[in-house]
Amino acid sequence: MRLHPKLPLLRIVPDDTKFDFMRFRRISFPISAALSIVAILLYFFHGLNFGIDFVGGTLIEVQSKSGPADLAKMRAALSGLGLGEVQLQEFGGPADVLIRVAQQPGGEAAQQAAIGKLREALGSEVDYRRVEVVGPRVSSELLAMSTIGLGLAIFAILIYLWFRFEWQFSLGAMIANVHDLVLTIGYMSLTQIDFDLSSIAALLTILGYSLNDTVVIYDRIREMLRRYRRMSMPDLLNISVNSTLSRSIITHVTVTLALLALLFFGGHAIHSFVATMIFGVVLVGTYTSVFIAAPILIYLGVGTTRMEAEEATGQETASSASRS
Amino acid sequence: MLYISKWKATAILLTALICCLFAVPNFFPESMVKRWPAWAQRHIVLGLDLQGGSHILLEVDVNDVRRQKLLALQDDVRRVLREARIGLIRAPVVRGNAVEVAIRESDLQQGLAKLRELSQPLGGFLGSTGARSVDVENVGGGVVRLSPTEPALLERVRQVVDQSVEIIGKRVNQLGLVEPSIQRQGNDRILVQVPGLGDPQQLLEILGKTAKLTFRLVDTSTPVEQALQGRPPPESEIVYGSKAENRQPYLLEKRVIVSGEELTDAQPGFDQRSSEPIVTFKFNTSGARKFAQVTQENVGRPFAIVLDDEVISAPVIREPILGGSGQISGNFTVESANNLAILLRAGALPAKLTVIEQRVVGAGLGQDSIEKGKQASYFGGALVIIFMVVTYGLFGVFASIAVAVNVGMIFGILSLLNATLTLPGIIGIVLTIGIAVDSNVLIYERIREEVRTGRTPITAIDAGFTRALATILDSNITTFIAAAVLFFFGSGPVRGFAVTLGIGIITTVFTAFTLTRLIVAWWVRWARPRQLAIS
Repeated sequence: MRLHPKLPLLRIVPDDTKFDFMRFRRISFPISAALSIVAILLYFFHGLNFGIDFVGGTLIEVQSKSGPADLAKMRAALSGLGLGEVQLQEFGGPADVLIRVAQQPGGEAAQQAAIGKLREALGSEVDYRRVEVVGPRVSSELLAMSTIGLGLAIFAILIYLWFRFEWQFSLGAMIANVHDLVLTIGYMSLTQIDFDLSSIAALLTILGYSLNDTVVIYDRIREMLRRYRRMSMPDLLNISVNSTLSRSIITHVTVTLALLALLFFGGHAIHSFVATMIFGVVLVGTYTSVFIAAPILIYLGVGTTRMEAEEATGQETASSASRS
Repeated sequence: MLYISKWKATAILLTALICCLFAVPNFFPESMVKRWPAWAQRHIVLGLDLQGGSHILLEVDVNDVRRQKLLALQDDVRRVLREARIGLIRAPVVRGNAVEVAIRESDLQQGLAKLRELSQPLGGFLGSTGARSVDVENVGGGVVRLSPTEPALLERVRQVVDQSVEIIGKRVNQLGLVEPSIQRQGNDRILVQVPGLGDPQQLLEILGKTAKLTFRLVDTSTPVEQALQGRPPPESEIVYGSKAENRQPYLLEKRVIVSGEELTDAQPGFDQRSSEPIVTFKFNTSGARKFAQVTQENVGRPFAIVLDDEVISAPVIREPILGGSGQISGNFTVESANNLAILLRAGALPAKLTVIEQRVVGAGLGQDSIEKGKQASYFGGALVIIFMVVTYGLFGVFASIAVAVNVGMIFGILSLLNATLTLPGIIGIVLTIGIAVDSNVLIYERIREEVRTGRTPITAIDAGFTRALATILDSNITTFIAAAVLFFFGSGPVRGFAVTLGIGIITTVFTAFTLTRLIVAWWVRWARPRQLAIS
């Protein structure tokens, strides 16, 4: 009967999975709270490795014309220029070197003067693959715009969810997703990944994507709330999460496959961007929508008005009342 | 839900097909596409990070504009008061952001009235905005303070940017660069983008010069050393020589004989005797007449050629120069003579420009990024398709078709918009593959659930679509909001990411609502499944 294909062929989650996710909130909430605090501490005491987009300065990617680059020799040549700290690092292959010079004192013109000196010192032994010089004005603007953008995105999504769902859902989704952002920033601080414009893009994508996941579960919860008027909230949430579990897993596998392809074949330039996304979307986003976003609705009082309304009309059964 | 009329089906297929067709020009060489009709020529523009090139952001020096405005105001005050024969206690001076003049008590009212005439209403978009160009203030003790207003300054900055864009355009074109783009950005900035330019040193040199050229007489009444120690004569000032001239100080008259605006042409060349690089120039009629007169009266005296407050050379006038042409020699190299000629031909910038951001990508890195981006996309796409087919069988094939059409449509829409594809943009497309599949997964899983509740295949599919589509819309709108914010607040390559992600979401929702449904509907009609076997 090939004409009637099996749907699906590969059973990822058994049909009658009834995992008690809500019970884990007593573990997942404290863990998340602790991790969030660690992330915030990391941010304040370990800091982020801000790239030149946000703090200004010069970044040069060169490729040695004659085989592997001699980092020590380059460092010696560049550190004598009086440009402050010069960071060199192998980037991708042994011939590729990334040079970073901090912002020079003396305003916009000083930045441009520094690049001239660097070019002179590096001479003709290297190919310039990339040169970026960001002045103090542009970098501070980019930082301000990014912060505003991130804040605005959170706000806009909050408003949208508020219109589409009850306010408790909107708040729950926001708590869950600010948690995602905080953990991702903690990860960036821990790994000291370059924090630049593309990191902001990564954060916004994580925000959008992990919300996507949350919304799918919330949609189901809303549907269940309408259908099962007498079920206790934890049970109802469990059914909702379990029935969307197969979808969540399959979707995350496909996104992870796409991201892994980018990680392994996309080259060095997008490495930190993709690594951040994998952390945010795959590791945190999935966990959050199941273990934070759904159970937090219990605390935010979703469904309590429904119960009270029914209690008032005397239709409430003793069993579900005792559970909630 | 599963019945789709022929008209609807045709409309869906046509939309998808037309979108995909717009992507076609990208796969043909440019020389071939050029011969196609104009509407078919739209194609994706590769960002500077993919094709290599230079991105240079310049900012007008607002302080320079302010200073110029104050000096002009000082001149105006002097002229107006002299014309009205108003007695002064102290001549007008620039102090801070204002010009101050002290007028005799008896003439004060008349003087104030005259000075108030200097302040003109500023034209806004819709006629007068009520703002005026100068604030005139009677400080007391006969002192009048005139300060240019902030709106007047902004207006001037705007003009400066417009003029600069034009002049930079002329300069850049003279360098023979391919498809440079010069745009105003914001109120006081100019963005210069040159694809394919991996070494912008010459461009930067040419952009960084104001190129204000003046011919002035050297003041020989006082020796330079004396002027340096004491005060130079009131009508003269000290100007230093260029690097090639060892920064030697000169005492020059402030009066300008002829300025660069009166040049009609400038060309690089070689001196006939010494064969060193020089720049030859021609004056227009009025410039030639003024220059002839001054050189006639000052034979034997040196004059100076000053570029951007630096003396390039200070030759002695041996004989009157009547022909209206001449040459500048000043220890030039061939390149610097060429640059100067370009600058003189294009004209001086109205104010100083500063480079505040520079991003240059070599062609090699761009090519590498394209290659790696392609590889990642192929692998990503292949992995996702394999996984979907293994998971869902025939329905996985349907999903793969939807995803392929989806990517085709993204490219088509990007081409239609002549959008710029950047490296982050490629990431956006790969991510879209993942997200697009999600919509299919949502539909299939929902169908599966509906089957389990005991529905017949057709009603299960129908209900599955209806219920899943609402979720798909909700969940994609949140990602779309994030992409939209990124588009408005991001810059450069990141914006490219927002564009592809945003378009990807729209095409995803489109294919989920239409194409996937159509394919499934056709399959149902053709196969008439009596049951959808589940595990």
